[in-house]
Amino acid sequence: MPAVLIEDVHKSYGSLEVLKGVSLAVEPGQVVALIGRSGSGKSTLLRCINGLEAFQSGRIEVAGHAVDQDQKRLRELRKDVGIVFQSYNLFPHLTVGQNIMLSPRITKNVPQAEALALAKDVLAQVGLSDKFDSYPDNLSGGQQQRVAIARSLAMKPKVMLFDEVTSALDPELTGEVLLVMEKLARDGMTMLLVTHEMNFARTVANTTVFMHQGKIWESGSSAQLFAEPQTPELRNFVGAGRH
Amino acid sequence: MRYQFQFEAVFAEADRILNGVLLTIGLSFGAIVLGLALAVLLVAAKSLFGRWVGMLVDAYVELMRNTPFLVQLFMMFFGLPLIGIRMSGTEAALLAMTLNLGAYATEIIRAGVDSIHRSQIEAGLSLAMTKRQVFQYVVLMPALARVWPALSSQFVLMLLASSICSFISVPELSGTAAIIEQNTFRSFETYIVVTLIYLALALSLKVSLLWLGRRIFPRLSSLDRLDAKAEAA
Ligand SMILES: Nc1ncnc2c1ncn2[C@@H]1O[C@H](COP(=O)(O)OP(=O)(O)O)[C@@H](O)[C@H]1O
Ligand SMILES: [Mg+2]
Repeated sequence: MPAVLIEDVHKSYGSLEVLKGVSLAVEPGQVVALIGRSGSGKSTLLRCINGLEAFQSGRIEVAGHAVDQDQKRLRELRKDVGIVFQSYNLFPHLTVGQNIMLSPRITKNVPQAEALALAKDVLAQVGLSDKFDSYPDNLSGGQQQRVAIARSLAMKPKVMLFDEVTSALDPELTGEVLLVMEKLARDGMTMLLVTHEMNFARTVANTTVFMHQGKIWESGSSAQLFAEPQTPELRNFVGAGRH
Repeated sequence: MRYQFQFEAVFAEADRILNGVLLTIGLSFGAIVLGLALAVLLVAAKSLFGRWVGMLVDAYVELMRNTPFLVQLFMMFFGLPLIGIRMSGTEAALLAMTLNLGAYATEIIRAGVDSIHRSQIEAGLSLAMTKRQVFQYVVLMPALARVWPALSSQFVLMLLASSICSFISVPELSGTAAIIEQNTFRSFETYIVVTLIYLALALSLKVSLLWLGRRIFPRLSSLDRLDAKAEAA
């Protein structure tokens, strides 16, 4: 069974149809990159998967949970599905350690000692063991984003969603975040990521999906898709990225 | 004709004045703690429950903010006994001050909650928190931090407005002043002393709240920077 199954999803904001029948399957352990122009519906698709946005028709199943707007079921789903945003969204009044421990403590009743060990473990995974007691505003953007990833990992998700997690970073800081994601991919995490890092998509993602005007315009193995784009829109998009 | 200042008669009432000061401090402290708690609960209710609860909270806030404090005080002191709720003047004063401050604080804290970036709430929800947990653990502290200066001003205003409680014979500082004035016939001297005491109390409260704010919300100044970043992203 796929880890993420999306079937003919339609989503509109008022009269603006943003997703026009999107279907996609992500197998466990697969890494799928979503690429496409700004406004093509990539973020909306990710936000539909963890229920932050409701959709009008179609079906989404993720990590064995059907997505609907029942709050209790959504919370169960979100325990298994992590999301990391472009703007990190760390909680500014909490230390790094508190940011990471908060949700395991209050949503899963993980005991304090266990949560502490968990937090140290995920911080080590993102290479920030020494930042446990720092506050977010004392960290660089790259470090904040790695903490945000660690915070998601502390929920022990089965699927991770990433929405342009390096787009807000200075170029010299994107590398450290991509490295963390690459390691996650190698460790077998199922990942669906929106990215502008074409190199990353080509080398790390098994499959790349090109979205255009609310539809999946073209998709295939990353190597193939970048080597031989079939549609003029993708050729154009990939070409524009090279210059 | 020159006015001859005579403070001796007023200073002779130092014990009484001290009791008045203590009652003013006690009433203000009580109203601040209770009013703040009430306001947080009402803002939580407004954010978490449906429209009807929100409208009830709004109605309460508007009622308290658009009627004179003196009238509210009279309602508690003279009105409530008529429906069988009997209170001492001091209790009525504390209740009126709490309800009045609670309404203003509700309005201020609500603005703070509204100022928290939507992305913070989404981060909390995405981590499987309930809406209540998001409010409690994610939104509340940064919201309070953001509006702490406005809340502090409101607390100081309440301290000063507590003088109105002398109208129902509560022997707080102003009530005490009225008594001393009657005993000594030294109005000017009495109110000079009282003025200086209020000034000292208000300034002390202001400084304490500033200090407290820095202790409770050490990241206060960083919030806006983080917001700017989230906005830019
Ligand atoms: N909350 C919203 N309300 C109305 N329109 C929105 C909202 N969010 C996104 N949109 C619109 O939906 C379209 C797709 O947006 P988005 O999914 O963010 O695209 P992408 O992530 O690919 O840049 C855009 O035209 C955008 O303006
Ligand atoms: Mg986007």
